Amino acid sequence: MNKKRMWSAALLLLLVLSTVLAACGGEGSSGSTKDTLVFGRGGDSTSLDPSRVTEGETFKVTVNLYETLLNFGKEDTTIQPGLAKEWNTDDGLTYTFKLQEGVKFHDGTDFNAEAVVKNFERWANGDADKFPYYKSMFGGFKDDEEHVIESVTADGDHTVIIKLKRAQAPFLKNIAMSMFAIASPTAFEKGDDQFERNPVGTGPFKFVNWKPNESITIEKFDEYWQKGLPKLDKVIFRSYPDNSARLNALIAGEIDLADGINPADGEKIEGNADLQLIERPSMNVGYLGLTVTRPPFDKKEVRQAMNYAIDKKTIIESFFEGRANSAKNPMPPSISGYNDDIEEYEYNPEKAKELLAKAGYPDGFEMELWAMPVPRPYMPDGAKVAEVIQSNLAEIGVKAKIVSFEWPTYLDKASKGEADAFMLGWTGDNGDADNFLYVLLDEDNIGSNNYTYFKNDEMHKLFIDAQTEVDEDKRIELYKKAQEIIHEEAPWVPIAHSTPLLAASKDLTGFVPHPTGSDLLSNVEFK
Amino acid sequence: MLSYIGKRLLQLIPVLLGMVFIVFMMVRAIPGNPAQVILGQQASPEAIAAMNARLGLDQPWFIQFFKYLGGILQGNLGESMRTRLPVADEIWPHLAATMELAFFAMIIAIIVGVNAGIVSAWFQNSWFDYIAMILALVGVSMPIFWLGLLGQWAFAIEFSWLPTAGREQVRDPVHAITNLYIIDTIIQGRFDQLYQVLRHLILPGIALATIPMAIIARMTRSSMLEVMRSDYIRTARAKGQKMFWVVYKHAFKNAVIPVLTIIGLQMGMLLGGAILTETIFAWPGIGRYIYDAINFRDYPVIQSAILVVAFIFVMINLIVDLLYSLIDSRIKYD
Repeated sequence: MNKKRMWSAALLLLLVLSTVLAACGGEGSSGSTKDTLVFGRGGDSTSLDPSRVTEGETFKVTVNLYETLLNFGKEDTTIQPGLAKEWNTDDGLTYTFKLQEGVKFHDGTDFNAEAVVKNFERWANGDADKFPYYKSMFGGFKDDEEHVIESVTADGDHTVIIKLKRAQAPFLKNIAMSMFAIASPTAFEKGDDQFERNPVGTGPFKFVNWKPNESITIEKFDEYWQKGLPKLDKVIFRSYPDNSARLNALIAGEIDLADGINPADGEKIEGNADLQLIERPSMNVGYLGLTVTRPPFDKKEVRQAMNYAIDKKTIIESFFEGRANSAKNPMPPSISGYNDDIEEYEYNPEKAKELLAKAGYPDGFEMELWAMPVPRPYMPDGAKVAEVIQSNLAEIGVKAKIVSFEWPTYLDKASKGEADAFMLGWTGDNGDADNFLYVLLDEDNIGSNNYTYFKNDEMHKLFIDAQTEVDEDKRIELYKKAQEIIHEEAPWVPIAHSTPLLAASKDLTGFVPHPTGSDLLSNVEFK
Repeated sequence: MLSYIGKRLLQLIPVLLGMVFIVFMMVRAIPGNPAQVILGQQASPEAIAAMNARLGLDQPWFIQFFKYLGGILQGNLGESMRTRLPVADEIWPHLAATMELAFFAMIIAIIVGVNAGIVSAWFQNSWFDYIAMILALVGVSMPIFWLGLLGQWAFAIEFSWLPTAGREQVRDPVHAITNLYIIDTIIQGRFDQLYQVLRHLILPGIALATIPMAIIARMTRSSMLEVMRSDYIRTARAKGQKMFWVVYKHAFKNAVIPVLTIIGLQMGMLLGGAILTETIFAWPGIGRYIYDAINFRDYPVIQSAILVVAFIFVMINLIVDLLYSLIDSRIKYD
């Protein structure tokens, strides 16, 4: 090394050192401008066109950019006015929606009946690859026989008439879902790919920019039709993949709100005077599925024995930190149609042993127990819960070997029926019983979401009837009946309905966590 | 020299072709259907079939392979299955983020590692030598996520000296031009932002530098020890030259070749997969980009991103080889 290089090396060293020193003397976390909310979350969105995706991180942003004809309630999934201020139907086949007047899209164009028609046309002319949710909620596309929607027409500027081919009980709930948000026709006419990076809706916030895997920024839409809203000037959605790192960022004041808080960190937040813990109403279920096509789980007694053998209380206390309710049905009590008369299988190893003996396994058997490799709101720590289940099963003579795969592999193999028993869960989309029971346990969904391969003719008939039954009371009866069958046949060991946790800085107010996981931020402000 | 470079670049073609093929086959060997993963748990079988058809996954693998290869030859790295954007457009911001972090980390690693190694060799068996080498051992075996979280806790939360994560002040984002934020902020004359960007580099930079720093220190030390025992060093000292010059000028120049090799290899590693550091520090880099792509079975992204990283790795090795001849005139490439 010659002298010149020595000097440049020394200079470099000096530069680095001075940066370090400067940083140490720095002012720490800077004084935050309190009209901007930084929302820390686990992952980035994949698209900002909600109709094209099925993944929740996208809806967290789009629910603030777009609005739907109908809204869910503030804290539940009841139907409320949205872009449509009134609606009615006489026969459950023709729905008339009266639209809000004086509403503008972010690009300055008017929101009117014509815009609604164009949105529905766009979806109906698509295919399952483009609009996967449209297909699953409305049965198909324009020329498909199963397509529920007959026509969508404008009657003047502010009335839309939707005609159905046949009654669909959850129809209103379906159009309140985030994916059926009304977008500006001039924006999506520029092309789907262009549109999903440049979203234009009528929502309280408009899109500013997107740095992939880093942040999405949205800002106040000045011409928003609801006076006085939104209260914030700007919202920045920032991804922190690691849960602990996200909490660290919150404690350091770099973000104001964080979702995906580990149950184990709940107490730590409650003990911090600068923070508040926020509980999201539960709309999920975590369960142990028993693949009924694989012996010995083809025997009902064995499945019931599993239900008696597992000590849910210990699991909930140890790994959900008590922030969950023990589950007895495949859907949470907040969903209408929940059957509270079902008597939960108690923790009773003796009874389990009796049932096993009756089924012809007095000495137990060997099985594989699949443990979830990723934390989910409904299952914070799959590996540890699996260990408890393993020791519970050992008590009744069942030797369970815990296995796990990386997540997509796990789902793929489980959906092919390769697991004896597997842990999984579900978070509801629209708060309807159909979205839990039919989707997860009906024979139509074997190979997709019915991982247990359970089928029952009587139950199938109940589900199909319920899908077209418009009388709410009759529907509830049908679902209650179905839950009795599920309880008796026991394809699952329902474990818990958890309460997902969020945390925020103390001065944040007006944030109402929604059970669907997509939170409207128009009322949020700092006090 | 030029013919040597030409030869090396020609050799690159079969290497990269082999890479493309191996990665192509490997991503298809992992179970899990991309259409299913992209569409999520709610997808219907028809939606999955339609997605497979659009992605071309319903065709035989060799047709898919040659289509992909044809695309690459035309400079088209394919389109992400998940976001439907061209992979080439998506890669750069992530690669730039990683490059900025990796270079910063490498500068720390080289400055600290090389000097620690030299001084350890100079004062062999002194207390400095022992401590430095123990630290180096700890550095190699320290789990990065633990070090990262510890650093966040101590410097960001307890002392509030440094930010916990990210590349920039969240409330005052940098306007990206080249996506190398140090350069972007200088171009725009935003020195307040430059200061923030540098502050954000420190914790992840140190976490990422730990392993290469330790490896460089150990390699420098052993390489130096060998040279210091040689005759010409003894001669230089006998001539009454100052020890500092003997060590830094004469000895280090001859000990630098193996150190350079290690630096090259480590640089390649840093660019390829700083996944843990990038996850802990929410750094939107190429490691996380590839990791996410694997999770989503986003075949075009996995293939192309690995290909780009492999290309950089090979190029760094070429540069290191060329540096040999600049530093040591005995090495000639003809």
